[in-house]
Amino acid sequence: MTRPLLDVRDLRVTFHIRREGDLPWTQPRELHAVGGVDFSLAPGETLGVVGESGCGKSTLARALIGLVPAEGQAEWIDGKDLIGLSPRQMMKYRNDIQMVFQDPLASLNPRMTVGQIIAEPLTTHHPGLKRAEVKERVKAMMEKVGLLPNQINRYPHEFSGGQCQRIGIARALIVEPKLIICDEPVSALDVSIQAQVINLLIRLQRELGLALIFIAHDLSVVKHISDRVMVLYLGRVMEIASSDDLYAAPQHPYTQALLSAVPVPDPAHDMAASVVPLAGDLPSPLAPPSGCVFRTRCPRATERCAAEVPVLSGAGHQTACHFPGPLTEAEIAFARRTEAA
Amino acid sequence: MVIEQEKMQRLATRMVEEEVKGRSPWADARKRFLRNKAAMAGLVILILVALFALFGDMLAVWSNEELDFSVMGQVATMGAPSLENGHYFGTDDLGRDLFSRTVQGTQISLMVGIVGAGIAVIVGTLYGATAGYVGGRTDQFMMRAVDILMSVPYMFVLILLLVMFGRSIAMLFLGIGLISWLEMSRIVRGQTLSLKNREFIEAARATGVSTWKIIIRHIVPNLLGVVAVYATLLVPLMILTESFISFLGLGVQEPLTSWGALISEGAGTMNYGTLWQLAFPLFFFVITLFGFFFVGDGLRDALDPKDR
Repeated sequence: MTRPLLDVRDLRVTFHIRREGDLPWTQPRELHAVGGVDFSLAPGETLGVVGESGCGKSTLARALIGLVPAEGQAEWIDGKDLIGLSPRQMMKYRNDIQMVFQDPLASLNPRMTVGQIIAEPLTTHHPGLKRAEVKERVKAMMEKVGLLPNQINRYPHEFSGGQCQRIGIARALIVEPKLIICDEPVSALDVSIQAQVINLLIRLQRELGLALIFIAHDLSVVKHISDRVMVLYLGRVMEIASSDDLYAAPQHPYTQALLSAVPVPDPAHDMAASVVPLAGDLPSPLAPPSGCVFRTRCPRATERCAAEVPVLSGAGHQTACHFPGPLTEAEIAFARRTEAA
Repeated sequence: MVIEQEKMQRLATRMVEEEVKGRSPWADARKRFLRNKAAMAGLVILILVALFALFGDMLAVWSNEELDFSVMGQVATMGAPSLENGHYFGTDDLGRDLFSRTVQGTQISLMVGIVGAGIAVIVGTLYGATAGYVGGRTDQFMMRAVDILMSVPYMFVLILLLVMFGRSIAMLFLGIGLISWLEMSRIVRGQTLSLKNREFIEAARATGVSTWKIIIRHIVPNLLGVVAVYATLLVPLMILTESFISFLGLGVQEPLTSWGALISEGAGTMNYGTLWQLAFPLFFFVITLFGFFFVGDGLRDALDPKDR
């Protein structure tokens, strides 16, 4: 097997929360936004990351790029651990890892022209470039992402949401990175525009040999773009598998419940008959359940789940569950009953 | 079809070659400002006052230092404003031409206002933006320093400074400059805090732009709207402060003068029937303050149309 582009081992992000009115010497409470995530990413591969809101998807992305402090290990292809690098050492890798953000308009400075916005990473990492050369490369990049290069002097508010996201993608691509982290890049867009942006991403990935970490909460979008998919719940990995495998035969009860909630484009389909409801709400990450974090909502939970933390196991298709396997009819019926109660 | 093709060709070349000029947020704001009648009137008044300060000397028949011996001693009867003897605004108590004195006072007062506001804008913006963006301990330390400076009664400090180091225009600038940026830095810090978590700042950080460049390139331009509004409202405040100091007799020194000093003199003699000595400086003082307030209001409406 070739060396992975990025090998993440036991990545943790902990926020220290101080409540209003706490005295200075009280211990701040710990919030484990990401609690020990492992995965590896091959060059040119797309890893989809899914999970409900508040499960640590965005925090994971910000930790990888060094925007929030993290612990653990994230080994880049050259053998360097990206976690805990000083800003100066990190600078070299910022060129290789770029990010595309969720809100297309908010991620662009309203007082800068599109040309200045796209050129910013380039002028930051290659300060010696001549103006004319920068401009030429910006124009070439605009053309590549499907923007008219003659609009280089326009401002973000003069573009539509989809165009703004293209600008964001152009900004990420201009330094020719090896990995792009997309933090819900299409959730703020219309469905038709979503398809355009996703197809653009797929095309660019093929042309440039990029690796993508694609974060989304839309499961069908993730299925369309990803080679492999990682399911997160409360900052822990529940299941990682190739996209086809995961969608065809999910092993973790949480993944099954999640997939059963995907709308089916068929009016004859009875949603109520197929969906597996989950009782209760996402537990607070300030006080996660002992053992398996999903046990409080799992129809299959036993005493062992409360006592023992399941480890991610399996070859290729990895699951963090003591009792993996498809849900039985009895378990689905049990889930419906507890939901109704 | 042939014509169609030609047309398309032309369109294509036009789209490729010409760079479309963008409409910046500043251009939008300018348009809104120009449509605001009150603000435009304020601006015209300010321009006229500025022209009066710059070129008023050319119209004056008398210099501001000469004493007109023909009116001396009988200012109340002979020193009234008249076009014949060249004292357009009359004379002051000593027989000096009030027109050229007002020109001089306008120059000094506007300078005090603009320099004071200028210091506030530069120091306050950078200080506040740095404190807000860097955050944490640095922010705490910097803002507590501002709190401490603000808790000192500034008029008292200003008067002490002027008494201890002598009354000079430089000391006046220093004193006003010292106090003017405090409020500004607080406003700017607050704005920076709300800007700091926007995604475009995060994008700049993710790509490795240095802190200083983020402040200069991303934070400050997005603050300038608020700063511009506050600065235009600060200029009259500075003028008022200077006038108050001068009214107390601690401001600018003879032979220099300012609106405050002139108003003070005029108020002292108004019982003797020489009302013009009060009226002319006061008139300029009042219209300038109105002008600045209208322009400030107009700028606020133009720069954040959502806040109306």
